[in-house]
Amino acid sequence: MSTSAETVSKKFNIDTVENAAKTPDTELPWAELGLKQNEFDEVVKVLGRRPTGAELAMYSVMWSEHCSYKSSKNHLRQFGEKVTDEMKKDMLVGIGENAGVTNLGDGWAVTFKIESHNSPSFVEPYQGAATGIGGIVRDIISMGARPVAVMDPLRFGAIDHPDTARVMHGAVAGIGGYGNSLGLPNIGGEMVFDSVYQGNPLVNALAVGVMRHEDIRLANASGKGNKVVLFGARTGGDGIGGASVLASESFDDTKPSKRPAVQVGDPFAEKVLIECCLELFKGSLVEGIQDLGAAGISCATSELASNGDGGMEVELTSVLLRDPTLTPGEILMSESQERMMAVVTPENIAAFEAVMAKWAVEYSWLGEVTDTGRLIITWEGEVIVDVDPRTVAHDGPVYDRPYARPEWQDAVQADAFTGSVQDAGRPSAPAELAAAVTELIASPNMCDKSWITNQYDRYVGGNTAMAFPDDAGVVRVDEETGLGVALATDANGRYTYLDPYHGAQLALAEAYRNVATSGAVPMAVSDCLNFGSPEDPDVMWQLAEAIRGLSDACMVLGIPVTGGNVSLYNQTGTTPIHPSPVVAVLGKLDDVARRTPSGWREDGQAIYLLGTTAAELDGSEWANMRGHLGGLPPQVDLGAERALGEILINASRDGMVDSAHDLSEGGLAAALVESSLRYGVGARIALQDVLDRDGVDLFTALFSESQGRAVVGVPRSEEVRFTDMCTARGFAHLRIGVVDAASGKLEINGVEPLSLDALREAHEATLPKYFD
Amino acid sequence: MTELPLIGEAIAVAAEPRLAGARIGVVTFPGTLDDRDAARAVRLAGATPVPLWHADTALGDVDAVVIPGGFSYGDYLRAGAIARFAPLMSQIIDAANSDAKLPVLGICNGFQILTESHLLPGSMIKNDHLKFMCRDQVLRVENSNTAWTLDYEAGQEITVPLKNQDGQYIADEKTLDALEAEGRVVFRYVGFNPNGSRRDIAGISNTAGNVVGLMPHPEHAVEVGFGPETALSGGAGIGGSDTDGLGFFTSVLTKIVGGAK
Repeated sequence: MSTSAETVSKKFNIDTVENAAKTPDTELPWAELGLKQNEFDEVVKVLGRRPTGAELAMYSVMWSEHCSYKSSKNHLRQFGEKVTDEMKKDMLVGIGENAGVTNLGDGWAVTFKIESHNSPSFVEPYQGAATGIGGIVRDIISMGARPVAVMDPLRFGAIDHPDTARVMHGAVAGIGGYGNSLGLPNIGGEMVFDSVYQGNPLVNALAVGVMRHEDIRLANASGKGNKVVLFGARTGGDGIGGASVLASESFDDTKPSKRPAVQVGDPFAEKVLIECCLELFKGSLVEGIQDLGAAGISCATSELASNGDGGMEVELTSVLLRDPTLTPGEILMSESQERMMAVVTPENIAAFEAVMAKWAVEYSWLGEVTDTGRLIITWEGEVIVDVDPRTVAHDGPVYDRPYARPEWQDAVQADAFTGSVQDAGRPSAPAELAAAVTELIASPNMCDKSWITNQYDRYVGGNTAMAFPDDAGVVRVDEETGLGVALATDANGRYTYLDPYHGAQLALAEAYRNVATSGAVPMAVSDCLNFGSPEDPDVMWQLAEAIRGLSDACMVLGIPVTGGNVSLYNQTGTTPIHPSPVVAVLGKLDDVARRTPSGWREDGQAIYLLGTTAAELDGSEWANMRGHLGGLPPQVDLGAERALGEILINASRDGMVDSAHDLSEGGLAAALVESSLRYGVGARIALQDVLDRDGVDLFTALFSESQGRAVVGVPRSEEVRFTDMCTARGFAHLRIGVVDAASGKLEINGVEPLSLDALREAHEATLPKYFD
Repeated sequence: MTELPLIGEAIAVAAEPRLAGARIGVVTFPGTLDDRDAARAVRLAGATPVPLWHADTALGDVDAVVIPGGFSYGDYLRAGAIARFAPLMSQIIDAANSDAKLPVLGICNGFQILTESHLLPGSMIKNDHLKFMCRDQVLRVENSNTAWTLDYEAGQEITVPLKNQDGQYIADEKTLDALEAEGRVVFRYVGFNPNGSRRDIAGISNTAGNVVGLMPHPEHAVEVGFGPETALSGGAGIGGSDTDGLGFFTSVLTKIVGGAK
């Protein structure tokens, strides 16, 4: 009697390398797997023969846009090239590994990365969003770090569109369901509604982890005779072709449902995997480690082998399967979650197995590291893959896609909000302005987000020093010293649509400002570049401009991009999303006890506005509420951002401010309301000096989105010291009011008084109204 | 059993030797999440946390046990239903029911495990609004005579974080009446019932008062700057009282070291 494994294997007509060499004319389904004719021809050229079915599977996923960055690679180089010494000084691991690593001092290192899980989250919002968290967390573990927090920037379609609730409910529940079960606090993110994201929501996920310097791990397979092991969940049929099929193509109505291409997550398995990996690291039991994400075993084997100094031999029938009917190609492409691959020396095998036993994690030894420089995969001993791993993992096609400034760009930029049809009846009377402020803070993008954030655990771990709705999330790293990190993510698709170069810089400037507002020193950047199809020259121009803008801005701010992800083909039919570069900035606080929250608390404290205000309403939330999108986004002055950042950081360190809130979407109006509602403490504000100095009217002062600004609450005893510092640094500052704890109102001269109760009701009612 | 994995070094507390001598076990199951947090709370109260592993067959030398929150075994079946069968749980059940009446505190998933173990009556089902909810919750301490509430005043209102998916406490009317009559409703939600729990019950005790379970998380309200945002503290605990949960852990020390506090 034959064993079941033999029975199963006989179902396949295994396409061996030997067979491939003998049958050059066999038709292969390369087009269905997402390869273009020229790419298939290149595979044949690299191999000197037609690929086997298994090799075709590997090349098709690894050469997909999602895995190979073939359209963006030529542009992404700038992140590595435009680097100053200042940017390098704290970088321990740069772009190219699973995630970059930055030195925090005291022997600590921090790693963080942001990634997209957009397409799966549209098809199947719960699992798509959940596995987005799972994947980014495994990237962090792969570096040897303990994950300590997550964040989720989200962009959905119009708030009142019938399909938005489906995506929103599913994605938020998925992020909560998975992240909450991992014991990772969710400390921030963003939420934007815009109809451009209707058929293509953006679900990005960020994770951050910390480690001691000596614990940094890299993904490479070195040392002949070392063993290759796959551990964690079993391999199933879920997510097959996810990277190549979903992330590299746009949706249209002519194809069948792609539901089976979305992976299904098991957060319990991931939690156990985290603890298990940390125990492996602690015992120094693995030489190299790689998580299995997009392209599964294809990616893990080829990347480990090509980053190492030799080759690798793997027996594919040793992979533990959830579904015994999977073909070799499917096993290689499966994106089943919660799996890791590691390289272990023969001496450590017993210790490795003991850790697996303790955490009841399944594993199987697949093969070993060789010195042949080849990645050989066998099926019951017969060779089905024999490739140079570099050709799979690193030497994929690179395209210089044509790009050009769109013909429509000039017309869009010429269409300013001021004086437009939508600008008719601009509020000016006190009652009108009060109504405008209330309308703004109740609008879909400016409303209270606790309907979402209350579904996330922000406490677990006991190290969360700050979370939403503050400007940045802050997590303590070292309980002894209080050393910690701050994180913020930002993007403004409308700004970037109006001007991709400056729009991307504005995203970076805002994230930088948010981190500095918390009192942290910005240190590193991770970006998730969400764009439409690179085959559209208009979109390709947006992408090229955004990358150029970001890399230039990083040089001025002196912080490097340490990792990230590019998500292309975000469009419905031929209509792309707004170009949406989501930028995450990580900062460092020597003692998180010194962090600055965003709301004022103490009666009588002086409120200062830092920075100057120009008439910049194009692309603003106000214009968006009135249905206008045109003109030029706010001016970027990165030198001023840096100067503002230094003031906020010093003020926090020296106890000169008790609160600080950056001005961004919604301008001063939004910042004043949010600072009041944070702790339910009112204020009296007079803006006449601002109007006189900056030559703007009250409406503009409240709703303009000029950059490089913040409002701070300064204790009376610190006022002189604080203003002296601003003066010495030549930074514009004006006292605009005072905290009034007893009034229960936000009073702005020229605006009818706003009761905090009414503001809160308007602010909090929006999401429940649409989603409960 | 290895030590609990911590981020960085533990906070050093200049503990009174008398308190530090008290050893409080913190149980870890696969899927437990708040074990490090519970251990930190024990340490901040002045005692010595002792990591306990679900597969251990002996309880060892501990004076009290905390079963922390999380999703043991993923809670895919019914919260706490599998954890209840862990070898260590038999030891804990025996010790809690013994004459020595080992103090046991179940927080969130720990509370669910205690009801599944029949150390406490009733059960938890999905929140009435069907969503996970994380919020700062006001509780009223109804009974300050249990091992875990001695340091509170009866009627005192405290604020601690709440975060769960399956937090709706249910029991039959007879059981609820008995709990009320015997003073075994230890905590009640004030102002807002976050999950539809019967009679606003947030936490209960066994008859002897040594076993207490509750859904909210006192171990997340033990440290200035990292606790809930009470109106007074004005957020993230800066300059205010966000350590309302510490009393759980000092209470059990009062009990263990003999009340002279």
